[in-house]
Amino acid sequence: MHARENHPDQWLQVRPAGLYCVPGDFYIDPHASVDRAVITHGHADHARSGHGQVLTSPETAAIMQVRYGKNCAGSFQRLEPGQWADHFGVRLQLIPAGHVLGSCQIVLEYGGMRVVASGDYKRAQDPTAAGFEVVPCDVFITEATFGLPVFVHEPAADEIAKLLTSRETFADRAHVVGAYSLGKAQRVIKELRQAGHDAPIYLHGAHQKLCRLYADLGVDLGRLEPVMGTDKASMKGQIVLAPPSALRDTWANRLPDPLVCTASGWMRIRQRAKQSGAELPLVISDHADWPDLQRTILETGAAEVWVTHGREDALVHFCETQGLRGRALALIGRED
Amino acid sequence: MKAFATLLDRLVLTPQRKGKLALLKAYFASTPDPDRGIALAALASALELKTARPSLIRTLIEERADPRLFALSYDYVGDLAETVSLMWPAEPTNHDTPRLSEIVETLGQTARKDVPPLIARWLDASTPAARWALLKLLTGGLRVGVSARLAKTALASLSDGLSTEDIEEVWHGVDPPYTALFDWIEGRAGKPDISGIPTFRPLMLAHPLEEPDHAQITAADFAAEYKWDGIRVQLVQVKGEVRLYSRTGDDISRAFPDLTQPLNPSVSPDAVLDGELLVVRQGQVASFNELQQRLNRKTVTKAMLADYPAHIRLYDLLVEGEDDLRALPYDHRRARLEAFVAAVQPDRMDLSDQLSFEGWDSLEAQRAAVADHPVIEGLMLKRRASPYLIGRPKGHWYKWKREAQVVDAVLMYAQRGHGKRSSLYSDYTFGAVTTDPDSGALSLVPIGKAYSGFTDEELKRIDKFVRDNTIDRFGPVRSVKAGLVFEVAFDSIHASKRHKSGVAMRFPRIHRLRWDKPWQEADTLENVLKLIR
Repeated sequence: MHARENHPDQWLQVRPAGLYCVPGDFYIDPHASVDRAVITHGHADHARSGHGQVLTSPETAAIMQVRYGKNCAGSFQRLEPGQWADHFGVRLQLIPAGHVLGSCQIVLEYGGMRVVASGDYKRAQDPTAAGFEVVPCDVFITEATFGLPVFVHEPAADEIAKLLTSRETFADRAHVVGAYSLGKAQRVIKELRQAGHDAPIYLHGAHQKLCRLYADLGVDLGRLEPVMGTDKASMKGQIVLAPPSALRDTWANRLPDPLVCTASGWMRIRQRAKQSGAELPLVISDHADWPDLQRTILETGAAEVWVTHGREDALVHFCETQGLRGRALALIGRED
Repeated sequence: MKAFATLLDRLVLTPQRKGKLALLKAYFASTPDPDRGIALAALASALELKTARPSLIRTLIEERADPRLFALSYDYVGDLAETVSLMWPAEPTNHDTPRLSEIVETLGQTARKDVPPLIARWLDASTPAARWALLKLLTGGLRVGVSARLAKTALASLSDGLSTEDIEEVWHGVDPPYTALFDWIEGRAGKPDISGIPTFRPLMLAHPLEEPDHAQITAADFAAEYKWDGIRVQLVQVKGEVRLYSRTGDDISRAFPDLTQPLNPSVSPDAVLDGELLVVRQGQVASFNELQQRLNRKTVTKAMLADYPAHIRLYDLLVEGEDDLRALPYDHRRARLEAFVAAVQPDRMDLSDQLSFEGWDSLEAQRAAVADHPVIEGLMLKRRASPYLIGRPKGHWYKWKREAQVVDAVLMYAQRGHGKRSSLYSDYTFGAVTTDPDSGALSLVPIGKAYSGFTDEELKRIDKFVRDNTIDRFGPVRSVKAGLVFEVAFDSIHASKRHKSGVAMRFPRIHRLRWDKPWQEADTLENVLKLIR
């Protein structure tokens, strides 16, 4: 038995800026600027600019600098996955989370207790991100974006097959896939390449920088062309990638009779798909689905599970049915 | 079942007709008999199936899954069939996903009490999409936005040269799984034999009369009738069996027992009659609004039959006895129709009168005379020499509607369109001005929706206005600040209890954009209500 004062709820606190490690004096993925931040991955709701010191993986540091500029933080400490760092007696390690390129879980050891903050993660195979590794721990802090039994993500390859079939049925339309610029876009491209699609893929301007960075970091995405400056008719029958917001914008007018596909875990729900305006929803998610959330909790062997952003109720309920202590962690600014 | 499930999944989210057609065609071309025929029946609402109540489905899931997790999921998803299809904890099974034909056949042979375990077994053996399709089939109503006519058009596109009308003509003479129909469509067999069956004959339709057509309209060449504001129907009697079809060939007999009694049993002629369905009381034609009480119903109550008596105003005779009259000129058919009505004296039917006119002026005067008529919406002009031609051939029949009415209404909500318009706000809800009796404050109440009547350039400008003046968003819909006035044209306006404003417009379209007009000066609801005839 560990002394009560060593229990992580004594030294890890929810503060207005985010989850704070008291003895280490740093925040994990804070959503306001702080002196010291440890960042799990490069998505804008986790990594923001303006912190003093940032500790993160080399890839995430590169992503942040591409998105926000070279001087987006006072300084970067780049920690290779698997290596340890020490902050005022708190030992800290980054372990791949499988969410997007560079994404990591954060392992914290203090007072004889080990806590793992998963950040966003998935267990499904992703050719653009290092795979999730299970780290045994006392307290597991898990995300719950898809924390309901209705969310079961089929293999991405099946969804890509749907896209390619649809391309044959509607050969004179452009298939425009709505996908986030970081991670989802590159994964969709890479999955398409693995399915044998080697035609050029056309990109919205917002996707270009990060696709180039992925290529620089060794993820070969094949031939990519900007939509801008490409003749409308020549995109007939082609696949185009754009951020979801652009599909609602007049930007899409430059495509020939666009067939809107949206790549997201939310597409599992028809009403969501309908609302997004997608004609072809692609259930491709970078988050763990319900079975994987459950499996991961059990595999960490944690006796206590803190559930962050998403549908916490069901996951906390699951923990209770397993005899684990489940607790919803109210972090603000992390919806969908 | 898998292919059918994928098809439904795509259809639900494909708004364009063209897109739906491509999906249907691909499905019919690649799915074997008899499954594609069962699918066709399901899509065309021609499938007779033992159905399951939602409560049965709910019981099944609560036996299988943690009720708390089901409750949380159902609360999130909002649709029972979808929630169950997504979260069904499948038990391992040796069964394959059931084929559509197997589902229909097995259900037919299963006693009601044995249905629940059967459904559970099928759910175990299916993917989520297939489970959803199965549950939608079982609970009745696919609601994927496919009409029977669209399915027939897709069938025609599979063939070498058959038209939708060709398919429609045999449709009511063939049954699920439609093997004989597919054999014909794909050229392996001749046309299915439909003799002795009261099938639908595709209709002849009219074009709107345009300015350049005026010169050719002479009394020598054209006959004129009123254009009654009802719905086009076809009544078919073969060997004493009577069926009533809508203009798209849907069998609506069950909702009209008052019209599907044998035409005068003592004469009992086989006939195909073309006419306008109306509600008529003591010789008075009631408004379209009253007719609507009888439409889109599966069955009808005695009270309905008494309160809204149906009637057909006849204007053409396509088949009489053994004689197909369709190749004969209109005048000949008209003479046969008049003789038929005189001899048979069918109940609840009468002739649509022909109007006599000398020249253009007298025709124009007769049209003007009915401008404010509650149930006449203009004139029909039919070329005397024309045979009864399927579809909408040019130069034979014209509809000459009275002038459209217009109101000035204010843009309230806008929704994105689809396909070419998918990134533009192109579907508009507009409202009339109302005044709060206490404070005198002006506000808007929605009176209709329009999607057409503007140029691409105008669409771009409206789109910009919508984006710059958005107050709120609900999914794909934006609420827009009052500021843009549309001059809206419409054919007629009716009282409606379904709408908050109390009015419903027919065929509203944007006539002009009034960028110049302050929204406060648009038409008031009071003004709009005065336009009800």
